[in-house]
Amino acid sequence: MTGVRVAGVGLTHFGQHPERTGRDLFADASARAFADAGVPREDVAQLNYGNFMGEIGEHQGHQGPLMAEAAGLNAPATRYESACASSGVALREAVKDVRNGEADAVLVGGAERMTNLGTAGTTEALAIAADDLYEVRAGMTFPAAYALMARAYFDRYGGGKEDLAAIAVKNHDNALDNEFAQFQKAITVEDALDAQMIAEPLGLYDACPITDGASAAVLVSDEYAEEHGLDAPVSITGMGQGGDKMALQDRQYLARTPAAERAAEEAYADAGVGPADVAVAEVHDCFTIAEVLALEALDFYAPGEGIGAAARGETTRDGDRPVNLSGGLKAKGHPVGATGTSQVVEMTRLLRGDHPNSDAVPGDVGVTHNAGGTVASTTVHVLEVEE
Amino acid sequence: MNDETGGGAERVRDEGYDDFLDAVESGEGFYLECPEGHGSLPPRRVCPHCGATDLEEVPLPETGEIETHTTVHVAAPSFAEDAPYVTAVADFGGVRLTGQVRGVDPEDVAVGTEVTAEVAETETSGERVLVLRTC
Repeated sequence: MTGVRVAGVGLTHFGQHPERTGRDLFADASARAFADAGVPREDVAQLNYGNFMGEIGEHQGHQGPLMAEAAGLNAPATRYESACASSGVALREAVKDVRNGEADAVLVGGAERMTNLGTAGTTEALAIAADDLYEVRAGMTFPAAYALMARAYFDRYGGGKEDLAAIAVKNHDNALDNEFAQFQKAITVEDALDAQMIAEPLGLYDACPITDGASAAVLVSDEYAEEHGLDAPVSITGMGQGGDKMALQDRQYLARTPAAERAAEEAYADAGVGPADVAVAEVHDCFTIAEVLALEALDFYAPGEGIGAAARGETTRDGDRPVNLSGGLKAKGHPVGATGTSQVVEMTRLLRGDHPNSDAVPGDVGVTHNAGGTVASTTVHVLEVEE
Repeated sequence: MNDETGGGAERVRDEGYDDFLDAVESGEGFYLECPEGHGSLPPRRVCPHCGATDLEEVPLPETGEIETHTTVHVAAPSFAEDAPYVTAVADFGGVRLTGQVRGVDPEDVAVGTEVTAEVAETETSGERVLVLRTC
């Protein structure tokens, strides 16, 4: 089995791009990834592409071959759909194929166009990642689902809105110098606490924005990197995926995410590292409470202890283990199908030293955590700087 | 395209789930139980917890307890006129139900509040909705 290098990465700006189609966004991100990688397009064996709501967002299904065209590939292309974990799953399958020798070079990425639907339309579109019979028909929205988890967490373990506000403040602060981020704007705890309520106890600043954007990465085998003399110091050394019941009501826990716990265990074992080895993480903070659940699922904290991590300064930029140095979904933005790969793009830049926040990275092992739905699907990847 | 659902498809009757709503509506609510005692809601052919295939209808307990809840201020279009409304997950012993809480001011809903299950209509679209009514 060969190792897997991240040869090059690319992002579009995440934000409102009403005039740009998904294909234009992905063409942009993939062109940046190819330029960064120095890998010719004809060497790429396949495209693994993540997208969630293309049929609703831009009346476009069958996006695999369309996006291969946009990227300039004449290669098989498959779309992976796993709600907000779509490109995380696409990435895991790409890593598998490089490892097992199916492909020497693969393009992986994702894109989503959301802002043209507006807030109401996006709320409706995202809701289809919940169970239609048991949840959507009862008026469940995604903020509502995470609010149910937040209330269950507070009830079981304690913590409150101030702890969640500290996470929003931290992630906004991290995005200040990230040119790809939707919000490069600092906020205060008071701003977060005074914001419009979306689904109690979650307010506007507990939620990630509605975002257009795309992400891409070129993955190659160790042998390919060596033969072509690529400067690709970061490897993907571990991967894991976990699943859980679709509806919250059928879960064993309302304030824990076992799908992510299983994905993390698998990824750590695969890479031969443990949570204590991890210096930096990009986690799926679609809502502030989701970052807390992620920190605990990744075993950085025991259940009930992750809630105060940002307020205590442990996960901030100058903390021992910074989390979401990109700004996270909260401030960088969350074009859902693009998010999983975008986390790997940001982590690669953080680890190899060309991210504006690279100086804050206290080690050479990073983890990315990408969740779909209310964490019914999760992927975790371990990235490491090669010696 | 059906503007009420926004999902691009007319809602069709789902035999298992709509039968369940019918049963709740007539005061004969039930859930499915496997030989191991795991509860679930229809439609199911296997127990989602252990994979057992011999599922039996058992009566839904009269009351449940709210386990978690939220007041939704920003709703999807199909619930726009219902907002603000409370959505909750309630524990009925063998099974949990997700529904809209009615019969109480949103600010008075709490974890542990006792509720019964009913079927009512949404204000926005007139669709049937599972309601958790405070006792």
